[in-house]
Amino acid sequence: MTADDRSALIELRAVHKWYGDYHALRGIDLKIRSGEFFSLLGPSGCGKTTLLRTIAGFEPISDGVMYLDGRNVAGVAPNHRPTNMVFQSYAIFPHLSVAENVGFGLRRDKRSKEEKARAVGEALEMVGLAGYGARPSHALSGGQRQRVALARALILKPKVLLLDEPLSALDKKMREQMQVELMKLQREVGITFILVTHDQEEALVMSDRIAVMFEGEIGQLGDPESLYRRPNSARVAEFIGMMNFLPGSVSGTTVEMPGLGRAEVAAEQLTSGSFTGPARIGIRPETLSLLFDGEPDRGRVAPGMVDEVVYYGDMTYYDVRLDGVPEPVRISMKNLIGRPVLDVGTPCRVTWDEQALVVLPAA
Amino acid sequence: MALRTYAILYLIFLYAPIVLLPIFAFNDGTIIAFPLQGFTTQWFEELWTTTALHDAVGNSIFIAVLTAIFSTLLGMLTARAGAMANFPGKGGIIGFIMLPLVLPEIIVAVSLLVMLRQVLDMDLSNWTVIAAHTLMSTPFSVAILNGAFQSLDPAMEEAAMDLGENRWSAFRLVILPLVMPGIISSMLIAFTISLDEFIIAFFLTGANPTMPVYIWGLLRFPAKLPVVMALGTILVTLSIVLLSMAEYFRRRGLRRAGVEDPGGFI
Repeated sequence: MTADDRSALIELRAVHKWYGDYHALRGIDLKIRSGEFFSLLGPSGCGKTTLLRTIAGFEPISDGVMYLDGRNVAGVAPNHRPTNMVFQSYAIFPHLSVAENVGFGLRRDKRSKEEKARAVGEALEMVGLAGYGARPSHALSGGQRQRVALARALILKPKVLLLDEPLSALDKKMREQMQVELMKLQREVGITFILVTHDQEEALVMSDRIAVMFEGEIGQLGDPESLYRRPNSARVAEFIGMMNFLPGSVSGTTVEMPGLGRAEVAAEQLTSGSFTGPARIGIRPETLSLLFDGEPDRGRVAPGMVDEVVYYGDMTYYDVRLDGVPEPVRISMKNLIGRPVLDVGTPCRVTWDEQALVVLPAA
Repeated sequence: MALRTYAILYLIFLYAPIVLLPIFAFNDGTIIAFPLQGFTTQWFEELWTTTALHDAVGNSIFIAVLTAIFSTLLGMLTARAGAMANFPGKGGIIGFIMLPLVLPEIIVAVSLLVMLRQVLDMDLSNWTVIAAHTLMSTPFSVAILNGAFQSLDPAMEEAAMDLGENRWSAFRLVILPLVMPGIISSMLIAFTISLDEFIIAFFLTGANPTMPVYIWGLLRFPAKLPVVMALGTILVTLSIVLLSMAEYFRRRGLRRAGVEDPGGFI
């Protein structure tokens, strides 16, 4: 038993969920540690919200075992679990004031009125809404509603805070601001956060670890960097960030690619295990570079031609046709001072590094 | 312009007969005909002193209040079940519950009479009328309460349970206050329907007539016609007030739930 196992706050073993004939969760094994910011990431319909709702106790599991804080929670109602939830719609009670919303969970608390009022005040202060207590809740903005929902859940000091796509209703600026605030808040309170999201960037920014889910199964589990750098399947690679795939073949640790030639890779780059035969070779757009005059190459150079240019201000995305490669590859370049933006049709040289390759079996 | 003329003519067609009620209720003459004979409040005074009428009104109010309570309770159960989950045969069940809206009342009245007297061998009383009126007004309650329950975010109840409440206390603390305007609106409409319902009451009342049945009885005496007009004036005023209140509460409920008005009943 490792230290990780001992501090597992949530443990799921072979958890299944059926809705009639629909198999929503297909054997989830998962350990979530105490104090961790954990994300369930996946496309819509992958089962991530269902998984969150089974942890909250809103949906019973059909098969398997679930432990929360060392206790088997089969048949335990949501109000008896050490979890609290921030809903996608926030579910702020419109007939209650902000303070009444935040203090809702204290109704069965034995503390005096004054102590409860102080707790509500502290919770509001924690989410940056000090002094908002007397306001009617239906007059709040989206960001404020979310803060109220957070304060309302955190006031009960849960062991686990469950967040169901909490940022999806906010505009981009607000969303980015709330991402940072949520991370800070999580570090401050030290509570385990489980975030459900379909936004890979959000998951990468905020999480300690991420479980990427597809069709009711966990496709890959890891920290953001390892998911991004070493995806274990093409769908993880395509879901998180952008990935070029070249057709090729592998034998041992030797990779053969059209256009780019032969390369030696480390065993860890064969992310779904070693094999021999046809392969899909993944390489991220930012690990390929166009070679401008006077810039050092990274050991390997391949000739090509610019096929498409997309200018983003800070970055330029190029689609480049490499000699001998059937599909154009995407390359992202920072727009540094003195670096020109190339036109479509310009011949160019592309430099790359074999450490950036991810080798997967051909589909 | 043509549309405007049409609308005005239409309103006259709808409301002219009703306008006659207050005119003749204050007319000093026993014959309902123009020219008017002068102003009097004697017909209202006569209402005030007729004890048989007071009994009939008392019956009607008793029946209407209980009908409002029963049909709103049944409507809540139906609307809640309809909003909560999909279950086999849901569409069919809701359809059958709504059916009395379009059934001819005379048919319902006759079949209820046969059922109560011949099959169940019950005595007719206020309670038989209450049962029948509940049957007729439940669809209206369901229609109103469906709106209230379906505009609720299901996460509201879950949030309450997540914050420590059980199903019942979550309903009481969160769902009930949010659908309360719908409940009031449903009770007012069911009350109004029951209060002026005639056909079913005519078939199913026991020894004590309801107010509409009593009015019908008065029509056999032409001299009593102006009294009926006076009573009608009071009833129309009361109906307008109650229905306006129902509509006010329905709109307030939608505003509270923060949803667009999908268009009301009235």
